Amino acid sequence: MNIVKATLRRELLIAFRSPGDIINPLMFFVIAVSLFPLGVGADQEFLREIAAGVIWVTALLAVMLSMDSLFRSDYEDGSLEQLLLSPQPLYFIILAKVCSHWLVSGLPLVILAPVFASMLALPEQGLFPLVASLLIGTPILTLLGAVGMALTVGLSRSGLLLAVLILPLYVPVLVFGTGVVDSALNSLGTAGLLALLGAMLILAISLAPLAIIAALRISVS
Amino acid sequence: MWQWLYKLTSPKWFYTISGQLMPWLVGLTTFLLGVGLIWGLAFTPPDYQMGENYRIAYIHVPAASIAMGCYYMMAIMAAAFLIWRIKMADMVAKACAPVGMTFTALALFTGSVWGIPTWGTWWIWDARLTSTLIMMFLFIGVMALRSAYDSETAGGKACAVLSLVGVVNVPIIKYSVEWWNTLHQGASSLSLSNTAANPPEIWMPAFFVGFGLFGFYLIAIILRTRNEILIRERKAEWVGEVLSATLLVNQGEV
Repeated sequence: MNIVKATLRRELLIAFRSPGDIINPLMFFVIAVSLFPLGVGADQEFLREIAAGVIWVTALLAVMLSMDSLFRSDYEDGSLEQLLLSPQPLYFIILAKVCSHWLVSGLPLVILAPVFASMLALPEQGLFPLVASLLIGTPILTLLGAVGMALTVGLSRSGLLLAVLILPLYVPVLVFGTGVVDSALNSLGTAGLLALLGAMLILAISLAPLAIIAALRISVS
Repeated sequence: MWQWLYKLTSPKWFYTISGQLMPWLVGLTTFLLGVGLIWGLAFTPPDYQMGENYRIAYIHVPAASIAMGCYYMMAIMAAAFLIWRIKMADMVAKACAPVGMTFTALALFTGSVWGIPTWGTWWIWDARLTSTLIMMFLFIGVMALRSAYDSETAGGKACAVLSLVGVVNVPIIKYSVEWWNTLHQGASSLSLSNTAANPPEIWMPAFFVGFGLFGFYLIAIILRTRNEILIRERKAEWVGEVLSATLLVNQGEV
């Protein structure tokens, strides 16, 4: 498990030494959420209806846009090749890399989400389910996004291609994530939906690293 | 059987065998489609509720199921390519994406044409419509990824990984969208599989059109794969022989 610790330490150090990578997705999230009231009007009733969806869609886009920093610089300076050649278990290295990326790009979104959700007039009983669903859902988004990023890291213009590849795969997370908040607002139980999201997270944790490794080997060769 | 399958993994054999099969396949498809379409579109009795509109279902239903089958076929070919490095599998997978996308688009289009008089709208966010739309996005993603790669092999492998990730997701997407839809509105009663209300004179033409469209799908896949073989194996001797033979025949006719 030393390798996991070392990878986490390395990735977090790199991230904190170039804070733009942490702040930019967050700023995107904040600005994009603020655009919605300007676009659809400030009617509280209507904002309450769309709040959960707006937060979830914007968080999903923010996670996707942040993916570029996951493998790009490692690919350019050759450390990705060294990583793939290393004798350590690759599965855990990749998992640690994705995990640290989520810690700096996904977790801040989860923490900020309730603030912006209340600004969008989301009732109080929806706030905790929203945070819980984002807490379980955004790691899935990061893992799936990492698969797409690993497939496109070797290509020169990959930004929009990444969106075309992975946004359709994000559909279930979005559906269940907003579903959790909807159920809470309708005073229905949220545990079942959160459990489903959790099942998807476990599936993603166990399978996505394998796809990421296969994709990275293709991109590097 | 295995011997035969094994032979098909060689581009040269695939080209030869598919060339021999093609006239039979084309003949059978023309027969099935011809009988099924004329019977279904002109001679079946009109529905007592939908009138004449329901006839488009003869094309719509097979197109939708073929599109879905095409995604699974692409994923199986992707797995065969990644596991056994069978180049033929990648060529078939490459043919699957545009053909599958076209069938998905056909299913959506015929569905809309049916929806305008029947539902009064050509699009609603129904579970089936939405999941079909997302499947079309998945096909488009695979095509976009392949065209972004310069190297044929790397692009093929990348598409194979994406197809496999997609195939794990397809049931989850389908399930999630169905769940999402039923939360917001009652399930719409558009089940066409209600066989009790459909006497044989209604579903027999569907049987013909279904297999006919499936034949058409196979023809499209085989033709695209044969083109791909000729392009990729253009330096092989047998391709030169095949091409010059075709040229000679054509010149002889002119």
